[in-house]
Amino acid sequence: MTIALLFLGVLAAVAAWWLARQGLTTKPWLETGPMDDAPVRGSMRVPAAKLGLGMFMTVAATLLVLLLSAYSIRMEMADWSPPPRPGLLWANTAVLVLASVALHRAARATRRGDREAVGSALLLGGGMSLLFLLGQLLAWRELARAGYLPANNAADAFFYLITAVHGLHLLGGLVALSRAGLRLRGAPIAKLRLSVELCAAYWHFLLVAWLLLFATLAFSPSFDWLVALCTAPFR
Amino acid sequence: MGELAHGAGGQIPAAEVPEMELPHPHGWWSTYVFSQDAKVIGIQYALTALAIGMVALVLSWLMRLQLGFPDTFTFIDPQAYYQFITMHGMIMVVYLLTALFLGGFGNYLIPLMLGARDMVFPFVNMLSFWVYLLAVLVLVASFFVPGGPTGAGWTLYPPQAILSGTPGRDWGIVLMLLSLCLFIAGFTMGGLNYVVTVLQARTRGMTLMRMPLTVWGIFTATVMALLAFPALFVGAVMLLLDRLLGTSFFMPTLVEMGQQLRYGGGSPILFQHLFWFFGHPEVYIVALPAFGIVSDLISTHARRNIFGYRMMVWAIVIIGALSFVVWAHHMYVSGMHPWFGFFFATTTLIIAIPTAIKVYNWLLTLWRGNIHLNVPMLFALGFIVTFVNGGLTGLFLGNVVVDVPLSDTMFVVAHFHMVMGVAPVMVIFGGIYHWYPKMTGRMLDDTMGKIHFWVTFLGAYAIFFPMHYLGLLGVPRRYHTIGETSFVPASAADLNAFISVVALVVGAAQMLFLFNLLWSLRHGRESGPNPWRATTLEWQTPETPPGHGNWGKELPVVHRWAYDYAVPGAPEDFVPQNEALPPPAHVAKGEATA
Repeated sequence: MTIALLFLGVLAAVAAWWLARQGLTTKPWLETGPMDDAPVRGSMRVPAAKLGLGMFMTVAATLLVLLLSAYSIRMEMADWSPPPRPGLLWANTAVLVLASVALHRAARATRRGDREAVGSALLLGGGMSLLFLLGQLLAWRELARAGYLPANNAADAFFYLITAVHGLHLLGGLVALSRAGLRLRGAPIAKLRLSVELCAAYWHFLLVAWLLLFATLAFSPSFDWLVALCTAPFR
Repeated sequence: MGELAHGAGGQIPAAEVPEMELPHPHGWWSTYVFSQDAKVIGIQYALTALAIGMVALVLSWLMRLQLGFPDTFTFIDPQAYYQFITMHGMIMVVYLLTALFLGGFGNYLIPLMLGARDMVFPFVNMLSFWVYLLAVLVLVASFFVPGGPTGAGWTLYPPQAILSGTPGRDWGIVLMLLSLCLFIAGFTMGGLNYVVTVLQARTRGMTLMRMPLTVWGIFTATVMALLAFPALFVGAVMLLLDRLLGTSFFMPTLVEMGQQLRYGGGSPILFQHLFWFFGHPEVYIVALPAFGIVSDLISTHARRNIFGYRMMVWAIVIIGALSFVVWAHHMYVSGMHPWFGFFFATTTLIIAIPTAIKVYNWLLTLWRGNIHLNVPMLFALGFIVTFVNGGLTGLFLGNVVVDVPLSDTMFVVAHFHMVMGVAPVMVIFGGIYHWYPKMTGRMLDDTMGKIHFWVTFLGAYAIFFPMHYLGLLGVPRRYHTIGETSFVPASAADLNAFISVVALVVGAAQMLFLFNLLWSLRHGRESGPNPWRATTLEWQTPETPPGHGNWGKELPVVHRWAYDYAVPGAPEDFVPQNEALPPPAHVAKGEATA
């Protein structure tokens, strides 16, 4: 659980930094009036949807970090034998990078107000994402054909589980993306811009998450140094 | 988002309190059933939670019947007994307490107390309730499948949770895990709403440090739940895969009935880590909203400002953070490196400090207050006493050497029922008696309320105090029948029978409460908008019960903190938060009050 605790530690630091700027040391019983000059609202002028997505990504990240935590604990067991990594994963990673780049361009295009460019970039991003999911399914099939089934070894099972959780998050994103795409013609540009920016942010998040997961699944890096670092004071 | 400006001064950024676009209901279905109004969703959450809570209450009756009068009720065989324990525990902790505090009180109170028109994502909020309802229905369905619900114990520890000797191994455990996953998905939707609403939708003047402690408690608990529930989600999904696909995340190599199972190499301890990484914060996910609500009840009904408001806020945040580093104190008996035991015992005991600060502050709020012993106040006082009692035995159990012999006895059952069963439930009752007038426009009946309180309060003590003693005698928990032992005297059986009789009576008193809820809906005294003469915003709405959008045309503007009771020089003994009075005398002179 070291990884999970480190992650939560980072979150706690962010929360503490934010709280420290919220006037928690003021004496509210001495203050009257609407406090319009209070410094406490400054950082919160982002749209609610953006903040909501940020929170959701934090929750999703917690979920993935806990999965990695479980992975790192389970890999200490004697029976651990990771499957070979399908070469297809490299191609899939490249496709996901393309999807992320396409959505980045879509977000840029909304800022210019260029609806046509937004449309084609969204289409490219969505198509690449579907291609990625298809590629992941093919990678599953490749592994399954070679006999690496979930019931064989926990390492195989983790591969399927982690890729599935990541893929489901992407699928959820695609729902939001297609909703943004459907509103492409009618919606005012400000609204469209927000939804496309949110999609882009979510895709970047999923890309970073995938890179970390891929690194873990494909190379099973050892976290011994981390454990050693954390338990050093007790030795 | 509309760009409607509020307030006058040119310096005030207009976007600071943007008007929300509210979805307007058309007709009965979208007003009362598929409603996107947080108030309706809150009541839906509360009613569903109370309904499933009644199931859990009946299950506890059945367990007590078996413990008090063994061999009398033949339909309670060991299998059924384990199923009752499991479902009682899980329902009470997750589907009643968590859902009622965060989904029920959270939805109803957050927008009203902050001067918002609604939650920021009303549609997602509605979805949250329906997914919760689905989770409850899946859970209830497990009573009717072949083999019945799971009897794995509420902690669902593998390997036994999915081995064939455990009741409900075929269907029950699968439905339980599915239901938990649904619950977590539904909660996440609601939780994101509560957090973003607190951060974004506060009205003009409502700084964080002016929020009522109820909102602070619910807010912090929601943040914790958003970070803790994923651990349960991961554990539940992996256990589900172990059960359905035959993976070996948690399942070690096993021989069952002389046959080698296909599992191998897994780590049951890994599940325990994941479970308690959620499970301990869960205790405070339930306790923090209770802390917040009780602070407001005490301040209002003692007509005194809350003592040490800042300290109360800090304590809530610190408890929330600390509760993530104590989880392994639930695993002392699983065996661990002594250093870890030492670490977790230390962190566990440190939590007592901010908690004690809160208790002192409640007492000092009451000190020389104008205490009105009405029903909400009685329940609030009942909470403080019960929470302190339960907390003190927590100090025993937080120590490894004391916990190991006591861990599998009734002492632990008594401890956690006092501290996270009875105590939060007291606050739920207090909260319902307190806010029912706002929800319905009528008061709950006082006499019935007082009977309900005294039977529940005294009864809870008659149940759980002797249970500590049984635990010290060595009476084990989770046993269907104790049978004959050399160390448990025969009189323990009499005590068990006594506890069971009281449990039946206390359970029956809850029926009176339910009757009161229904009866007062029509026959209760009309309450008016602010029957408790309280300061917080929810009591200042133009209509009671508050209408769609809560505030009529203009959002309220907040001029003061939430606890201006008995302010010297003020015309009344309370000053509502949205009242613009000249600063009171003691403030003008620059004197600080506590």
